[in-house]
Amino acid sequence: MTSITLDHIAHAYYGKPREDSDYQLKPLNHVWEHGLAYALLGPSGCGKTTLLNIISGLVIPSVGRLLFGERDVTHLPTEQRNIAQVFQFPVIYDTMTVAENLAFPLKNRRLPKPVIEKRVAEIAEMLDLTADLGRRARGLTADAKQKISLGRGLVRSDVSAVLFDEPLTVIDPALKWELRSKLKRVHRALDLLMIYVTHDQIEALTFADKVVVMNDGRAVQIGTPAELFYRPEHTFVGYFIGSPGMNFLPAEVEGARARVAGFDLALGAAYPDLPKGRSVQVGVRPEFVSATAGPGLPAQVRRVADLGRKRLAYVSLAGHPLVATLPNEMESVGDSVNVAIDAVNTHVYVDDIRVAGRAP
Amino acid sequence: MIAKPINNRAWFFVLPVLGFVLFSSIVPTMTVVNYSVQDTMGANNFFWNGDQWFRDLLNPTTAIGQRFNDALFRTLAFSLTCLLVEIPLGIAVALCAPRKGWAVGPALVVVALPMLIPWNVVGTIWQIFTREDIGLFGAALTGLGLPYNVTQEAISAWTTIVVMDVWHWTPLVVLLSYAGLRAIPDAYYQAARIDGASRWAVFSKIELPKLQKVLVIAVLLRFMQTFMIYTEPFVVTGGGPGSATTFLSIDLDKIALGQVDLGNAAAMSLVYYLITLTVCYVFFTIMTQLERRRDV
Repeated sequence: MTSITLDHIAHAYYGKPREDSDYQLKPLNHVWEHGLAYALLGPSGCGKTTLLNIISGLVIPSVGRLLFGERDVTHLPTEQRNIAQVFQFPVIYDTMTVAENLAFPLKNRRLPKPVIEKRVAEIAEMLDLTADLGRRARGLTADAKQKISLGRGLVRSDVSAVLFDEPLTVIDPALKWELRSKLKRVHRALDLLMIYVTHDQIEALTFADKVVVMNDGRAVQIGTPAELFYRPEHTFVGYFIGSPGMNFLPAEVEGARARVAGFDLALGAAYPDLPKGRSVQVGVRPEFVSATAGPGLPAQVRRVADLGRKRLAYVSLAGHPLVATLPNEMESVGDSVNVAIDAVNTHVYVDDIRVAGRAP
Repeated sequence: MIAKPINNRAWFFVLPVLGFVLFSSIVPTMTVVNYSVQDTMGANNFFWNGDQWFRDLLNPTTAIGQRFNDALFRTLAFSLTCLLVEIPLGIAVALCAPRKGWAVGPALVVVALPMLIPWNVVGTIWQIFTREDIGLFGAALTGLGLPYNVTQEAISAWTTIVVMDVWHWTPLVVLLSYAGLRAIPDAYYQAARIDGASRWAVFSKIELPKLQKVLVIAVLLRFMQTFMIYTEPFVVTGGGPGSATTFLSIDLDKIALGQVDLGNAAAMSLVYYLITLTVCYVFFTIMTQLERRRDV
């Protein structure tokens, strides 16, 4: 039962870092708790894989300490850490059979033969590989090869964590769902710490107990999928998560009211002492902005997108773009429509960071 | 079924190539075939000799058969020795070569240099290098009291030719293996570290299997080139001492141009050619078939 602690971990690939922008991974403090499934979510090049490789030891961080439980493993080579990692593209050992591939990490650690056989059979069963165990790994499809890679990651029972680096990229969309739910089941069965890197929000939100959203080398928010949805701590989380992303409008905030595009807007909380001279925005998800026949802010309709399950109206609020949900009972919209904004789910951001309000 | 239009005009486009191949390969080969079934008493008078030249050549009790057998054995032994040294050595050097940084360029150029030297120049370099009076290598060995003499001592001559070929052509194996190694994605090495694989396991389970294809090419090229080696031993030892380094090509040259024994020479070159072709074909087929069968 070990958790993994990142103690001021930061990394710069090129030379000695002098200032903040030299770091490809900005200083980060976090404890990964045993038994949870985490997702590292962010756009390409945001430092997800770097963070993963630091944990597995393929990259040694420029700054900070990495602890497995109480043990400092910052400079320990990969082989000596109890870690498993699955890569983006399938890595299989060509000359071995599927069973030998799965047994390889155990064999290298000199486990007794019966233990290896039992474990390989278990993992093969979980991943539906039992029928292929005797086959040579090379002739299999990309899907099956990636399942072998996943299997090699899961086969060791003593690991502190299993790390996945966008493991489902090469898999067919239909099979993706199946494999992801399989991974989730495996996670419950094995009670492991799993860290899953992805740039696909659906993948992250369905797989993980907790999601770490990263942008530009920084972890901008760590939270449950619900927290990321209802209370994005950073404007980046707001528009990266959700489709489409959160609406942001420049505003002037006075107490529990905001002035947006010339209109007066009620807020769910009071913000009595916001710092002066900074950029202030209010953010609200399209799910909490609805077009209405009743009272609301008058907006010009630019286009309507019918997503089947729901309809979205792209409107303009005195020149500011805004996405609103069209309620089912509203069958058609004209050129202009009133929009109602849910005050409780409207947040205030100063310099892109969410500010906690006081109960009004 | 889609009806395919038949258009015989396509043959016109093949004609230039056909003409070129005819001129460069088929006509000369057929001339050799022609010589191999005829005998002459001189004065450009030829008469039919059937398969007698081939019977003599393949019968070890005749003088020419004996000679052919010996040369063939020597050549095969030479090819095999060179392959056994060059392939492992080439892989080893490729494994040691730098993978990134400024050293890659200089290292590869230094390794590849011997390959850029023409055959007869290589021969001349080594002929002088190994002379026991003025050659650096020869004089050094003789100075140490070792019985080294390329012109009088069969073992010296043989080892010299082998070492020379290793020096000249191991770079080819190095470059091929290096290219093969560079093509292995980093993820394989990272996965091996995660899986706790030893250095030997990384070599035998990842690197060697991934190198298999380039190594088949390397073995084929090196076999053909060593089996047909001519210039370097001709320059360094002239086939001697005695006939210790008289390989098939050198012997063929002696029979054809030295003794102007056209019938024997023609039969010998055809058999020589067929052996090279057969060995390469069989080797290649076995390697590719093995690969295919293993997948099932």
